[in-house]
Amino acid sequence: MQRIGVFVCWCGSNIAATVDVDAVAQAVKTEPGVAFSTNYQYMCSEGGQAIIRNAIAEHKLTGIVVCACSPRMHEATFRKTAATAGLNPYMVEIANIREQCSWIHKDREKATVKAIILSRAAVAKLNLDSPLTAGETPVTKRALVIGGGIAGIQTALDIADAGYEVDIVEKTPTIGGKMAMLDKTFPTLDCSACILTPKMVDAAAHEKITLYTYSEVEKVSGFVGNFTVDIRKRARSVDADRCTGCGDCMEKCPSKKSKSEFNQGLSNRSAIYIPFAQAIPNVPVIDREACIKFQTGKCGVCQKICSAKAVDYEQQDEIMTRRYGAIVAATGFKTINLGRFEEFQYAQSPDVITSLEFERLCNAAGPTKGKVMRLSNHETPKTVVFVQCVGSRSTVECGKTYCSKICCMYTAKHAMLLKEKYPETEVYVFYIDVRTPGKGFDEFYRRAAEEYGVRYVKGMVGKVAEENGRLRVQASDLIADKQLVIEADMVVLAAAIEPDPSARNLATLLTASMDTNDFFTEAHPKLRPVESPTAGVYLSGVCQGPKDIPDTVSQAGAAAAKVIGLLAKDKLVGNPCVAGCNEPLCNGCSACELVCPYGAITYEEKTVMDHGVREQRRVASVNEALCQGCGACTVTCPSGAMDLKGFTNLQIMAEVDAICR
Amino acid sequence: MRVDEKTLAEDIVRMSGTNVKKCMKCGKCSATCPSFEDMDVHPHSFVTMAEEGDVAGLLKSKSLWKCLSCFACVERCPRGVEPAHLIEAVRFFALSPQGLNKMKPDVVPIFLQNLEEKGAEVPQQLLTSAFRKYSK
Amino acid sequence: MEFSYFPGCTLKTKARDLDETARLAAEALGVTLRELPEWQCCGAVYPMSREEIAVRLSSVRALMAARDEGRPLLTLCSACHHVMKRVNHDMQTDEGLRTKANNYLQPDKPYAGETRVVHYLEMLRDEVGFGEVARKVTSPFKGVKIAAYYGCMLLRPSAVMRFDNPENPSVMEDFISAIGAAPVRFPYRNECCGGYVALDDRGAARKASRRVTRAAAQHGAEALITACPLCLYNLKENGGGEVPVHYFTEFLAAALGLKTLEGGLARAS
Repeated sequence: MQRIGVFVCWCGSNIAATVDVDAVAQAVKTEPGVAFSTNYQYMCSEGGQAIIRNAIAEHKLTGIVVCACSPRMHEATFRKTAATAGLNPYMVEIANIREQCSWIHKDREKATVKAIILSRAAVAKLNLDSPLTAGETPVTKRALVIGGGIAGIQTALDIADAGYEVDIVEKTPTIGGKMAMLDKTFPTLDCSACILTPKMVDAAAHEKITLYTYSEVEKVSGFVGNFTVDIRKRARSVDADRCTGCGDCMEKCPSKKSKSEFNQGLSNRSAIYIPFAQAIPNVPVIDREACIKFQTGKCGVCQKICSAKAVDYEQQDEIMTRRYGAIVAATGFKTINLGRFEEFQYAQSPDVITSLEFERLCNAAGPTKGKVMRLSNHETPKTVVFVQCVGSRSTVECGKTYCSKICCMYTAKHAMLLKEKYPETEVYVFYIDVRTPGKGFDEFYRRAAEEYGVRYVKGMVGKVAEENGRLRVQASDLIADKQLVIEADMVVLAAAIEPDPSARNLATLLTASMDTNDFFTEAHPKLRPVESPTAGVYLSGVCQGPKDIPDTVSQAGAAAAKVIGLLAKDKLVGNPCVAGCNEPLCNGCSACELVCPYGAITYEEKTVMDHGVREQRRVASVNEALCQGCGACTVTCPSGAMDLKGFTNLQIMAEVDAICR
Repeated sequence: MRVDEKTLAEDIVRMSGTNVKKCMKCGKCSATCPSFEDMDVHPHSFVTMAEEGDVAGLLKSKSLWKCLSCFACVERCPRGVEPAHLIEAVRFFALSPQGLNKMKPDVVPIFLQNLEEKGAEVPQQLLTSAFRKYSK
Repeated sequence: MEFSYFPGCTLKTKARDLDETARLAAEALGVTLRELPEWQCCGAVYPMSREEIAVRLSSVRALMAARDEGRPLLTLCSACHHVMKRVNHDMQTDEGLRTKANNYLQPDKPYAGETRVVHYLEMLRDEVGFGEVARKVTSPFKGVKIAAYYGCMLLRPSAVMRFDNPENPSVMEDFISAIGAAPVRFPYRNECCGGYVALDDRGAARKASRRVTRAAAQHGAEALITACPLCLYNLKENGGGEVPVHYFTEFLAAALGLKTLEGGLARAS
């Protein structure tokens, strides 16, 4: 017989305002096995934990039930408490009377009844608990970073500097990401390339870092400390070891009509190409869709002229299997499709561009060598209108409900850069709110308005129309209560940003959760912001939520610190709540083996005693190091042979019985 | 604000089916409105006034008769507020009391005569929709 | 391909051209239009106030009649299409309205928005296909620059109308290409012509219509096409006469060799 202590938490007023905590503590007193019960304001505080420890000693408790928040929040806390008081940490059950009770109910009386029922179920389960001991697994001391933008580069550098091996997998032909496309960075106006390219070089040169560009993660298995990952290295059609990066092939390539991804389609590139001059690796890749050789079989110019004999049309995709202890998602973002915001004429007028396109126009290494020009006639614009919040903060189907966070600041930057280059330009910024929470940010924005004379107008643009070769911009000035009509030469749209589409598939591979906008979710939005709820998976950069470069770099470092913390351990304590097979009951059907997502179940021939008869049988066997305790096998097993420690079929039934009593 | 005015404001908002609280004051409705210059109260102000219960100002606004029901504000509002629906609801209350119809049938013959003398073919649709908008 | 057909008031009187050419072309394209017996007014404008029930009933009657005939309901006039489509949407989604409307009408079988409302242009695009239209064209309008004027009613609100991209539509341009002509895209093709305000404030209608016709002319349009009698009226009478305005069906019938384009186009072959 167990001696159970029940500890009911108020969670301040979070629980106590809706649930009569004292009534709950009183009600469970008469439950079988309960030797002690009490309630306290904050059970998770040091004072609360002391109450638990003292009660364990004083009442010789064999197990405890804590009626509080979700086990995801504090189960680990209370297990530790129990362990310090000499209990087996798995003799702890949590009744969730906050998320599943007080937060979702209003009626105090009904909520109290429900809290009592949930607590009773936890007591019933605890009566059948038995002490469990966790096994240990070794840690593979190597990290995988997915995405080679500033987030991925910084995370990889920080991990590598701590002495651990890191692989970066980047799907495009070069690392650098979006930051490589930017001209200057706010709020200091230092050149983006000048601060990024040294980091790119550092990453490439670091002895602990291996780059896999033009590569994608294809399969992930295993678990924290022991992931196995298949990486597809797409065929570049160029042998990276031989290539000298001379660039002759690009020059001679006759297919030059492909849109340059790096220049946002504002210039063309050859079929064999390096995305930009500082690309890393400095090895071209053949875009097979655009290559005449691949499409028609006739050409082969690049191969002929390559003095290093690096061009290889026969090259195949290569699948590599690597093992990692930790995985970092750093998949970044893209700007949204503006197809449904055509009131701004983006698709219909070449002079309406996105901010990222403007960034390329401003950039000295860009398609116009830094000359800001109208794409319709290559003239310098005299009047430029910037439109904020295009698709951000929008609840309609084509928009994004969130603030994209970076647009206010980069627009102030664009306005200033424009005024700096062409002081006579009339610059308007239409805004809903100017959001500048960051060091030196508001001062930066005010500088645009006060020193550079950028005209900030509170209001939105409602329609852009091409008229007589110019753009008629119809907009609101809400403060003057006027409708403004501006004859502009260029309109720049601050398009909302969204997670890179590759993140969705990656989330499935990693079993990492995402929010409704496809941003990865954190294990805890405040306290564990760089960890995914999936153990061993970490988040870096915009894949977790919109953020600027300073925030991205900070978060990248934080993710690296978490990875280092993991890789520094030699062994990880596993989860003892694993499946087991009751061999005499197993009929050898293989259903569990087929359903197990972790490949933890195999079958073996064994001698089994069944009702006193010795028999040779084929029975299931669980690899406890691989089992993650998901329970899929236990519900699949037709004969009830599979059972999950800590969540046995008997325990679950006892809970159900207690609820239905 | 009088009590009955507050009730009326609530009735108007309810009838329009709009949620004025969703407005984030971006002004896109007024930016896109083709009749802005002819209006005394502008679409974004309609939303604010309805939110504040200032219906007296709405009921006597000449904007009621200038809205083209083109739905540009409805389509382009990033928050789905539907200012045109609000204007329509106010118009309904402005026209509902006896004798307050904005348009009376006797204007039709004069209108038609003027135009048709010049060879214009006035579609029935113009008359039916105008009367549906300007009288109850 | 069979549709129940709702012509609406104007198509029987001032917009007979629209009705006639549409029927001729439909027949030539293998589409059978069965005019709803005893149809009534669509309601003329969509009642945006949610509590107006009575003005929705005539639309519901037509929608219900089509359901009972077991056919989708085809519309042609933009305003009729707008009202029908939105009232149908109300009947699908607004339980309160649905109950009240059914209580008024007391039909044998209550109506819950089962009918599919299809505009003639959607029929050409989705059922016949513009490829097929192009194959049947015998007198293509080669080289003629035609601008499509969509107006408001077909496109907005897009969440209900689901007609085309509301800010950058293409169905009418694709139609223009199908009849061999060159589509002219201009930014005011989805801005208002002035609508019913023409009756009360002709100045406002002039301002709105001229903006449209001027922009079309500036972009090189030789003709404007529309699906709406009121748009046609405003663009013609209040648009300053810069560009000739026709129903799209007039061009369709002419391209199919069924009826010459009234008023003609100098370059039409």
